[in-house]
Amino acid sequence: MSDSLYQEIILDHYKHPHGRGLREPFGGEAHHVNPTCGDEITVRVAIDGSTITDVSYDGQGCSISQASASVLHELLTGTTVEDAFAVEKTFTELMQGRGQVEPDEDVLGDGIAFAGVAKYPARVKCALLSWMAFKDATARALTGAGQTSEEETR
Amino acid sequence: MSAPHSPLDVDRVRKDFPILERRLAGDHPLVYLDSANTSQKPTAVLDTLAEHYTRHNANVARAVHQLGEESTAAYEGARDKLAALIKAPSRDEIIFTKNASEALNLVAHTLASGLADDPHYRLGPGDEIVVTQMEHHSNIVPWQLAAKRTGAAFRWFGLTDDGRLDLSTIGELINERTKIVSLVHQSNSLGTVNDVATVVARAREVGALVLLDGSQSVPHQPIDVTALGVDLLAFTGHKMVGPTGIGVLWGRREVLDALPPFLGGGEMIETVDMTGSTFAPIPHKFEAGTPPIAQAIGLGAAVDYLTGVGLDRIHEHELGLTAYALDKLNAVDGVRIIGPNSMESRGGTVSFVVDGVHPHDVGQLLDEQGVAVRVGHHCARPVCVRYGIPATTRASFYLYTTFDEIDALADGLHQVKRFFG
Repeated sequence: MSDSLYQEIILDHYKHPHGRGLREPFGGEAHHVNPTCGDEITVRVAIDGSTITDVSYDGQGCSISQASASVLHELLTGTTVEDAFAVEKTFTELMQGRGQVEPDEDVLGDGIAFAGVAKYPARVKCALLSWMAFKDATARALTGAGQTSEEETR
Repeated sequence: MSAPHSPLDVDRVRKDFPILERRLAGDHPLVYLDSANTSQKPTAVLDTLAEHYTRHNANVARAVHQLGEESTAAYEGARDKLAALIKAPSRDEIIFTKNASEALNLVAHTLASGLADDPHYRLGPGDEIVVTQMEHHSNIVPWQLAAKRTGAAFRWFGLTDDGRLDLSTIGELINERTKIVSLVHQSNSLGTVNDVATVVARAREVGALVLLDGSQSVPHQPIDVTALGVDLLAFTGHKMVGPTGIGVLWGRREVLDALPPFLGGGEMIETVDMTGSTFAPIPHKFEAGTPPIAQAIGLGAAVDYLTGVGLDRIHEHELGLTAYALDKLNAVDGVRIIGPNSMESRGGTVSFVVDGVHPHDVGQLLDEQGVAVRVGHHCARPVCVRYGIPATTRASFYLYTTFDEIDALADGLHQVKRFFG
């Protein structure tokens, strides 16, 4: 059952999330909600120089949205901002590729488990929710805009 | 738990709905439990649509040729059928709209427009609009907009813990300032059937109008607008085995006559002059432009189909299904019903949550077993907020739903629990 959508890796991250919980200090924060299903996530990003020293998050939602946040934390903590945006771009392309994009494990790590989600248009925004929030939080950290804002991911 | 007897020959009914024979990915038979979202369509309706376009297609009410007359007769014939369905005192009181949302917006917009001659039909500062916390967004947002435009206050009935309207404050909530009370007959998310009589009685005392959203009740039970005592009733065709793109607003003649026009255009006028226009009498006053002709005719065929089967029997069948479903769902560990957990004043729509599993995941895993349900807030987000949940899973039934399909839902939920356990 669920061969393409619910990969074991996704269920693992959902049941045992990595790095969950909001932490201090942080340079930028963003709160995103998916208005069609009520999934929500808050992401905080801490940056030192050009390095992302922490990505912390909290939220509620389906297994796809919550597992995706766990993978995001794992992939992007400790990388440079530039590399993080490159990973974010690759993940977004995979998700929006309607199942036609070959996932690159070197770049995406556990993120390749989400390749099957791309075939379910209704669930793509679940997978992208935390990544959108990450982008906003990082932009705020970089401009010193800092605090939270409400955004809807449509 | 054995399945109770149904007054319907459901196997025979199902033969009228070709889509129900579909097999889905993995060769699962379709188990369609999403009729509150949209119903499936019987062959009689599909054939009527094809027949109209194949043999009678022409615009209505403006052609003198034979096809135009046939098309007009069929369109106006559908109006007669809708009037008979809800026991409307006059066929002129049936306004065709594109859906229930447009019907609700028509009332909110015309009351807010300030164009009515009679001030009773003009919203303004000091007036109050009353809705309920269990409304579909289509019966909340138009009124919020109307309140914003006019300065009227927007108020609402809250909900009790068991999913019913909290009528304890009705005396204060509906008062001399109340211009209109707009409420749902049967909740699309909770399944609750509201106590319309109590609301109507209080509204009468203070002279407020009552608009009833019958989107989830007209398809499922016999309706008599005079017995209900409301002023206006909105419902939609696609939830009652009719096509999409067609809805109905019924209103008492006095009310519809007093409301100003909604959309302007062809067919809604009496005479047009560059210095001003006068308007057609109802129903055409509210039907600007070429209407959804085939859809109205298709809805007429849907009414014939439903009345042929018998709405009283459909209602009884659904009550049996609902009682069976409540028993089955309550027997699944970790499933909690959101809404009335008894058969008292409720219809065949059952929302629930599964402990520890998000509704999106529930819906996806059920879909993989061929079971189609709806997940989310069902366009009634304030209900989810009220009960402190992000979303629910909703199963909804109709005349073609079988007891076996409810067993399939319960079996599916056991699978969901094993998968996420």
